Amino acid sequence: MSRPKAHGLQPVGSNDHNIDPTKNIKYRQALTNMYYFDPHIHMVSRTTDDYETLAKMGCVGMSEPAFWAGFDRGSVDSFRDYFCQLTDFEQKRAGMYGLKHFTWMCINAKEAENVQLSREVIKIIPDFLDCPNVLGIGEIGLNKNTKNEATIFLEHIDLAVEYSQQILIHTPHLEDKFQGTRMILDMLNGDSRLERNRVLVDHVEEHTVRHVLDDGYWAGMTLYPVSKCTPARAVDLIEMYGPERLLVNSAGDWGPSKPTAVPDFILEMRRRGHPESLVRKIVYENPIEFFSQSSNFSFTPPNVPEAAIQ
Amino acid sequence: MPQPMPAPDVLDREFLEIRAKLLEVAASFDRIDRGEGSVEGDPRMALYREALETLLSDQPNRAEQIQQIFSRQYEESWRTKFGV
Repeated sequence: MSRPKAHGLQPVGSNDHNIDPTKNIKYRQALTNMYYFDPHIHMVSRTTDDYETLAKMGCVGMSEPAFWAGFDRGSVDSFRDYFCQLTDFEQKRAGMYGLKHFTWMCINAKEAENVQLSREVIKIIPDFLDCPNVLGIGEIGLNKNTKNEATIFLEHIDLAVEYSQQILIHTPHLEDKFQGTRMILDMLNGDSRLERNRVLVDHVEEHTVRHVLDDGYWAGMTLYPVSKCTPARAVDLIEMYGPERLLVNSAGDWGPSKPTAVPDFILEMRRRGHPESLVRKIVYENPIEFFSQSSNFSFTPPNVPEAAIQ
Repeated sequence: MPQPMPAPDVLDREFLEIRAKLLEVAASFDRIDRGEGSVEGDPRMALYREALETLLSDQPNRAEQIQQIFSRQYEESWRTKFGV
């Protein structure tokens, strides 16, 4: 007597309508690069080889918010040098592989605990706002949801309003995320000067995404190996909330992170059978729509068709 | 709204993956048990227990519920408290 086949014990993918290694069109699509933007990645922490890899995988550009270097910087001059790196050197490295590099200026939430230093940094930011790759103020936000962090967050908002800048916002990690996101939304919603469609609230997850979208802001999903979202959970959120005002990013940095996480998301969308038009909207058209609200954003789509992976 | 895959297809595709994740959790609890000392009073263990109970419920938004279990509470009056 033959043994009955246990439900679900067949090889992974053998019953998957998207994966047919010989003739299924969706399988062929999965072997094709799609152009995409990574709206949040910290390239100063990555190697030039990573730029090359991203270009090979279909990335056409990225935006890099100013962030914490892994240690607290000691003076405003450290930030000035960092801002020069973001507005000059990283553009050149990206350009070697045909990638457009954009950036955002701020003192991050973790170092914002030092109010005096933060105010000195905020004073020098206007010197960089006319640089051609600067999209706005970011990533500002909260880290441990303290009074000092909130104070500096509000002063960054004042700066953004004064110079008519877009805003990119970091929401806290893990147990602090829900509380911090709600506090950030309170501060944003309480400021009638802001245009909500020019504000991106990043690192949303299952318990925060609805609040951000319902209040009229853009939301970013960060694909991280352990914390934040996985590609599968990001696709779940797309299926639950739709593609409007949602972005996906790798937030690749100096810690455990994967700079090629956006292609992982693209593959997961395809494996679930979502149409190419939907995938393209999320990873390519949405970032362009959001960035286009910045006066410094200029982008010429590549004049070559999206290519099959070699 | 984007359509999710049919439920039987999701189960077919993810059966082994979910099985592996459950085993990882079980093995982690076994590892804690085998270790010297006790974590019985550690509040994180209570959070795990609450999360596992949520997992076994039939609510449609288990992931969001579990996120909330591991989250600090939000207080509407925080601005008054901070004076900002």
